[in-house]
Amino acid sequence: MNYICTHPDCPSALTGRRAGTCDGFLHSVETGAAVDGPGMRFVYFLSGCMFRCLYCHNPDTWKVGGGRRVSVEEALAEIAPYAGFLRRAGGVTISGGEPLVQAGFVGELLARLKADHRLHTALDTQGFLHRNLPDSWFDAMDLALLDIKHIDPEKHRALTACDVAPTLDCAQRLARLGKPMWIRHVLVPGMTDDPADLAKLAGFIADLGPAVERVEILPLHHLGAFKWKELGKPYALENTPTPTPQQLAAARTIFAGHGLAVF
Amino acid sequence: MDARITETRQMNPWQGFAPGEWMRRVDVRDFIQKNYTPYDGDEAFLAGPTARTRGIWETLTPLLAAEREKGILDASTDRPAAITAHEPGYIDRANEIIVGLQTDAPLKRAIMPNGGLRMVESGLHAYGYSLDPVVEEVWTKYRKSHNQAVFDVYTPDILAARKAGIVTGLPDAYGRGRIIGDYRRVALYGVDFLRRDKQREFHELDGAGFTEATIRLREELAEQERALAELQAMAASYGFDISRPAIDAREAVQWTYFGYLAAVKEQNGAAMSLGRVSTFLDVYILRDMAAGLLTEEEAQEMIDDFVIKLRIVRFLRTPEYDGLFSGDPTWVTECIGGMGEDGRPLVTRTSFRFLNTLSNLGPAPEPNLTVLWSTKLPEAFKAYAAKMSIETSAIQYENDDLMRPHWGDDYGIACCVSAMRIGKQMQFFGARANLAKTLLYAINGGVDEKSGETVAHGFAPIAGEVLDYAEVVEKYEAMMAWLAATYVKALDCIHYMHDKYAYERIEMALHDRDILRTMACGLAGLSVAADSLSAIKHAKVSVIRNAAGLATDFKIEGDYPAYGNNDDRADRLAVWVAETFMEKIKAQPHFYRDSMPTQSILTITSNVVYGKKTGNTPDGRRGGTPFAPGANPMNGRDLKGFVAAGASVAKIPYECSLDGISWTASATPDALGRTLEDRKRNLAACLDAYAEAGGFHVNVNVLNRETLLDAMEHPELYPQLTIRVSGYAVNFIKLSREQQMDVISRTFHQRM
Repeated sequence: MNYICTHPDCPSALTGRRAGTCDGFLHSVETGAAVDGPGMRFVYFLSGCMFRCLYCHNPDTWKVGGGRRVSVEEALAEIAPYAGFLRRAGGVTISGGEPLVQAGFVGELLARLKADHRLHTALDTQGFLHRNLPDSWFDAMDLALLDIKHIDPEKHRALTACDVAPTLDCAQRLARLGKPMWIRHVLVPGMTDDPADLAKLAGFIADLGPAVERVEILPLHHLGAFKWKELGKPYALENTPTPTPQQLAAARTIFAGHGLAVF
Repeated sequence: MDARITETRQMNPWQGFAPGEWMRRVDVRDFIQKNYTPYDGDEAFLAGPTARTRGIWETLTPLLAAEREKGILDASTDRPAAITAHEPGYIDRANEIIVGLQTDAPLKRAIMPNGGLRMVESGLHAYGYSLDPVVEEVWTKYRKSHNQAVFDVYTPDILAARKAGIVTGLPDAYGRGRIIGDYRRVALYGVDFLRRDKQREFHELDGAGFTEATIRLREELAEQERALAELQAMAASYGFDISRPAIDAREAVQWTYFGYLAAVKEQNGAAMSLGRVSTFLDVYILRDMAAGLLTEEEAQEMIDDFVIKLRIVRFLRTPEYDGLFSGDPTWVTECIGGMGEDGRPLVTRTSFRFLNTLSNLGPAPEPNLTVLWSTKLPEAFKAYAAKMSIETSAIQYENDDLMRPHWGDDYGIACCVSAMRIGKQMQFFGARANLAKTLLYAINGGVDEKSGETVAHGFAPIAGEVLDYAEVVEKYEAMMAWLAATYVKALDCIHYMHDKYAYERIEMALHDRDILRTMACGLAGLSVAADSLSAIKHAKVSVIRNAAGLATDFKIEGDYPAYGNNDDRADRLAVWVAETFMEKIKAQPHFYRDSMPTQSILTITSNVVYGKKTGNTPDGRRGGTPFAPGANPMNGRDLKGFVAAGASVAKIPYECSLDGISWTASATPDALGRTLEDRKRNLAACLDAYAEAGGFHVNVNVLNRETLLDAMEHPELYPQLTIRVSGYAVNFIKLSREQQMDVISRTFHQRM
């Protein structure tokens, strides 16, 4: 891999090593996930994210360089006992945090998961940092779980503290590359559920074409609230209700109306 | 039934069956193998509940509600239970397809003083009943009970160990259970054939050396034949002549049930399991369907009615007993599926019909439906079982690929995880020893950390401040040896006396004469023991002693790998604990009746009680905190999700725990996938992976935490909410609040 990680936050910069040999910062792993890509998934949760989503359920993964420092070999050793099972039953998902923060490490890991274990690979990302990466970086990625937090630039910024343009740009790029995508959108009542915004988002996704295999509307939940507390950070959505089944159904209908497979 | 068919079948009840050895001697397996038809299709053929079935269930519903409120609905206090003690009883006589109750009314409990009169008295007293004075006089003055006999011979060591709770749940005051009669024999052969066979077995011994063992066996065989005669009389009181074999499917179900019913009329065993009847019954159902005598709806009705009967089996027990075991379990375990030795799946349409009762009647803890899982099972059956798990949380899975090489393909599960060849094997149930507390005894030189009393004599405590791994292991092994000696002696006493004073006549009548007996020991506190050793080995553990010099707390510096994360550094310690204790048991000089020692890693729900009785442990667990159930990792310490946790549990070798290794896994539906199709596929894939890794048993709960919390507040809204605990299922609302909280606080595998 010829790519050199350029993002200033990338741990490869922190560790001062060339991409491809850089270590990763691993928050945790989950061996029995079933909603992060097709089938049963082994999930790497990497540390570091530049988004500050108000509803984030893993704020403990924000810190760049947090968690446990592992080499690619060590990360591979974690999945080795499950490789046979995962080949049959699902695959591996790299999540976070934001995995592209550690693009050097992740690129190498994806390539090795393919080469050594022939596993289905999914990348759970908001796509913000994709511009730093050459097209070939995505070769070993079978599926992108691309989070679009909001279609409206202002509201996106209010929600995540970052711009939406790079994410949308990433979506279009992956479509152009013919990379399968599951687009994910978290439904927060009063924040991300405006029907006009949803229609606009649905239109954008529909225009991406056949690369989008499904849209997942994920209801806000408060299971991560305790982590904000533990970190001493105020959890802004404490009093925001989780969406009702009716609200979820209404949102899903909008996407279905654009001919999208929606879950 | 068509009159002509009835006539010819009465002449030859086996008409249409493929012949075999089974016709000449009692061999139900041979009959099944020669006659059953595997089914590899899906569940589309199944029939829903009929109005009749719903009617029976609705008749029972208010009775069940009243029972929940009062504790027991009614008791038959004036006569000790026996196969023929009560007049026939019915739920709704005109509409029942399968008949027979334990007493003369549904949910009315019988008294069984042979196990122990005290249990009967306190059971009755707790619910506002009193014992008939004549019964009391007989069992006080003239007739000794099992309970009394055991305490006549116990040693001071045993009494002290029992009191301290280092061994708990010994069947010395109640029926041992865990014996499965081959109830299918009643249907296939009829009672006349079986009685003749018992006479043959008896007279074969006429010329044997008349040792104590021979004389005991002859008396037992005589009792067995007598019990068979009583079984026949009991069936006759319901209007059935079971001296001959069953001639149609309904009779086959009814005859089989009569065999089982006689057992639960006579014995209040801790577990009264049914065995493996569904594929056997399928042969009869298929024969009737082929003859145009039976529709799918009628076949399902029969199974539904049978299962209703199994759901209302009741025993009189004390509230303390129910507290220990969470509600009112009877462990009417029925095994479904598995593979034959010839490679054909033992899945039939009736395997589906049994699981379908969970849809037709709603979920329930009994019968304890146990799917014998093999990676080679038909995919459609795997998917259906997974679906029923997701919808009802009422199924447990046990690894047929592990058990078949040991027990063949006609074994059943007694209670939760105890495999035994049906009609050819029984066990001497031994409850369990507390291996976490044993570790504290090793540190404290046999002094109990709670009471301060010396329970194990002749041991020196550890004197140092920081625990040294090698020293702890050496002392732990020595303490395990003491425990094994004390424990096995207790079990020898118990089973000698149980055979003598509370012999399971009818259950044993449905066994061969010459059987394998296992001495089923057990251990609790596996994860606490393993994690404690891991902390001592990988971190720094200092002892905090009280004024009397007793280690009562521990200070841990540094991290340690915990069992349950598929990390060999910790998992090997769990394997070591299990293997070492088994070695200590095997080293004992005497096992009653030459039984084969085994052990289980199963706590039932006594993980809560064990925790209560055990002080602070070196893994950082606070005194009184519940243990993890069975072989589960300690709550909250399995940080890598359930696939890793299952991989850890699967490392415990079955060879050192031939009585079973229990794991309970809970997940929210959302955590298994987005759609029912995804969830079914994912769950089946996980079960395959666990089985392949050598995992023995798993309870699968698919529940929302919110549902459980709501059920705690509004139990009346959740009368049938079923959850799986260690090896069996319970009504969630019948658990004590403490146990409910334990279930809820246990790791819910919900990805965040």
